[in-house]
Amino acid sequence: MLEIRNLHARVDGHEILKGINLTVNAGEVHSIMGPNGSGKSTLAQVLAGRETYEVTEGEVIYRGQDLLEMAPDERAREGVFLAFQYPVEIPGVNTAYFMRAALNAIRKHRGQDELDAVDFLAVIREKMKLIEMDDSLLNRAVNEGFSGGEKKRGEVFQMAVLEPTLCIMDETDSGLDIDALKVVARGVNALRSADRAIVIVTHYQRLLDHIVPDFVHVLVDGRIVKSGGKELAMELEDSGYAGLDKGNAGAEPVAAGTVLS
Amino acid sequence: MTDLLEKSSPYIEQFTHAEQAIGANGAIGAVRRAAMDRFVKMGFPTMRQEDWRFTNTAPITTTPFQLATRNGATIDADVLAEHILDRTWPRLVFVNGYFSVGLSSVIDLPGSIQVASIADVVDGDGPTIEDHLARYADYETHPFTAMNTAFSRDGAIIRVPAGTTLDRPVHVLYVSVPGAGPQVSHPRGLIIAEPGSTVTVIESYLSIESGSGASVYFTNGVTEIVAGDNATVDHYKIVREQQNAYHVGTTHIQQGRDTTVTSQVVTLGGALVRNDVTAVLDGEGAHCTLNGLYVMREHSHVDSHLTVEHAKPHGDSRQFYKGILDGHARGVFTGRINVHKDAQKTDAKQTNMNLLLSENAQVDTRPQLEIFADDVKCTHGATIGQIDEHAIFYFQSRGIDEATARGVLVFGFANESLERVRPEPLRSRLREALYELLPQGKLLREAL
Repeated sequence: MLEIRNLHARVDGHEILKGINLTVNAGEVHSIMGPNGSGKSTLAQVLAGRETYEVTEGEVIYRGQDLLEMAPDERAREGVFLAFQYPVEIPGVNTAYFMRAALNAIRKHRGQDELDAVDFLAVIREKMKLIEMDDSLLNRAVNEGFSGGEKKRGEVFQMAVLEPTLCIMDETDSGLDIDALKVVARGVNALRSADRAIVIVTHYQRLLDHIVPDFVHVLVDGRIVKSGGKELAMELEDSGYAGLDKGNAGAEPVAAGTVLS
Repeated sequence: MTDLLEKSSPYIEQFTHAEQAIGANGAIGAVRRAAMDRFVKMGFPTMRQEDWRFTNTAPITTTPFQLATRNGATIDADVLAEHILDRTWPRLVFVNGYFSVGLSSVIDLPGSIQVASIADVVDGDGPTIEDHLARYADYETHPFTAMNTAFSRDGAIIRVPAGTTLDRPVHVLYVSVPGAGPQVSHPRGLIIAEPGSTVTVIESYLSIESGSGASVYFTNGVTEIVAGDNATVDHYKIVREQQNAYHVGTTHIQQGRDTTVTSQVVTLGGALVRNDVTAVLDGEGAHCTLNGLYVMREHSHVDSHLTVEHAKPHGDSRQFYKGILDGHARGVFTGRINVHKDAQKTDAKQTNMNLLLSENAQVDTRPQLEIFADDVKCTHGATIGQIDEHAIFYFQSRGIDEATARGVLVFGFANESLERVRPEPLRSRLREALYELLPQGKLLREAL
C-alpha cells in the first residue's frame, strides 16, 4: 500500500529525514518509535503533505500513485489520514459541520452520495459511542477548549468517521491517562482490517500494549536504524534508545548508496 | 477658522429653514438651538483631534449635503418586504428620516407599550418625552451628535412601562432613498426601558436603490437608550448602507442599577462608517456588553469608537469586536474604559480581533483605559492577523479543499460574533449577508 524509498526532507535548511525506507502493506500495523527529534513527526507530516517540509530526495508510492505529487486534501480524499500530534483549534466552526464537510468531500470523491445532516448524525452516533464521546461536543467549535485528552480522542473519532485506508497516528498517546488510552486503543483496534494499514508514531511503548503492532521500526537521526516485530518495542522499553547500535539496520532494506554511520 | 465656517455655514442656512419647517417651540426647540450653536462653534472634527485620529471626515465635510426631503422618497411595500424580518414584530419604517405610516406596523402591543414616531409623540398630547429626549447623547463635545440634535426631524420612540416584557423584538428600519443630489438625514431614536422591563430593539440602516444617476447620501443617526433599574435591553444596530454612502451613528446607553444592556453593532456596508457606542453605568451592579462585527472591502472605512463609563461600583462590561477587512478596506477600533473613583469592584474586559484578507487592508486598534478606582479588574486584548495556515492544513488533511477551507475559516471567525445575535431570523439573515460579502461565500452557502 505504501512504499517509501530513500526519503529525504528538510525544514529551514536542516535535513531532518535522511533516507527513509519503509514498506507498509494492507492489513498491517506498523509502529515507528524513536527519541525526540529523530524525525518521527516530520515523517508523519510529510506523508500528509505539510508544505513546511521540503522533500529533497526519494519517493513515496501510495497505492500505485506518487503521493508527493498530490495536494494534502487530495491525499485525504484518497484515504490518507493523519491524526495530529497537536490538533488545531478552529474557533467559530462547529465540529458537526466540520466532520460532515470532510466526510462529504471524501464520499463525493468515492462516487458516493453526500449525506444530509440527519443521515450524517446517524452515521456518527455509533462512532461516538465507540470513542465514548459526548454529544455536546458536536456543537462545540472544532477542538476549541478541549482538554489534551479530548483532542486526541477527537482525532480518533474523526478517523473512525472518515474510514481512511492509511491511518497515520502522530503521538496520539502522549498526554493521555490510562483510561483515555484504552478508549483510543479500542477505537484504533476497531479500525484494523485487511484492507487498511495503520502507522503509529510514538515515543512510548505503552500504547503498544493495547494496539499490538505487526512491525516496529526505530527511527534515529532521520533514518530507520532497526526494524523488528512487537518484541522490539519491549526491548526498547528495557534498554532505551541509547542502547541501540546505529549500525544495525535490522530487517529494513537499505537504499543503494546509503551509508549508515 | 475660515475653513471651519465655510464647511458649517451651508448648514446654518439650512438650520434656519429647517426650524421654520418643523417648528422650534418648547424645551426641545431650545435644545435644538443650543446644539446648533455648539455645532457652529465646534465645526466638523478633524484628524488632529484624538477621537478622530484615524478617520478623515473630508468626504463628508466637503460634500454639499442638503437635508433629505419627503418628496419622491416613497418606496414600494414589495421592495421593502425583503428587509422585514418578521411580520408579527412591531415595525417602524422611516424613509429619508420621515416616518412612513403605511410601511409600519404597530398593532397588537400589550399594555401601554409605546412604539411610535417621535415627531408624532412630540406633536400629540400623550405623555411627554421631553425628560428624556436629547438628555443623554453629548452634543456639547460631539459635532455629529450636535448636528443630529439640531436637525433631526423624527425617529423611533420605544417606551416599555415598568415591569413589562415585550416578547417580540421591535424592528426599526431607517431607509435611505438616494436623490439627484447629495442628501443627509438625521434619524433620532429613543428607547426607554422603565424599571424592571425587558425589550429587544433591532435598528437597521439600509438603502433602496432609486435607479441610476442617484447621488451619494449621508446618514447621521443618534439613538439614546435609557435603562431604568433592573431593566434588560438588547439592542442591535445593523449598518448595510450603500457602498458609496456615509454613515455616522451614535448609540448612547444610560444604565441604572442592576441593569443588563447588550448592544451589537454589525457593519456590512458603506464608504465611510463611524459607529460610536457610549455606555454610562450610572447605577450599582450594571452589566454592559458591547458586541460588534465589521466586514468591509474595497476602499471602505469603518471606525468603531466605544466608551464605557463605569460610574458606580460592582459594574461589569464586556467589549467584544471582531473585524474582517478585505481589498483596501481600513478599520479603526478605539475602546475606552473609564473607571471613576467610586466605581470599586468594576470588572471590565475588552477584546478586538481583526482578520486581514488582503495585503492592502489595514487596521488601527487601540485600547484606552483610565482607572481612578483602586479595586478593579480591567483587561484588554487586540489581535490582527491573517488566516491561520495550520488551520488550513488541518482542513486539507481531512479532505476539504483549500478554497473551501479559507472560506469556512473566515466565516467561522465572523460566526463567533453572529452567534451572539439572539433573535431569529436576524441571525440567519446576517449569515446570508455574509455569504454574499465573503470570498467563497457562494461555495459556503452550498456547503453549510
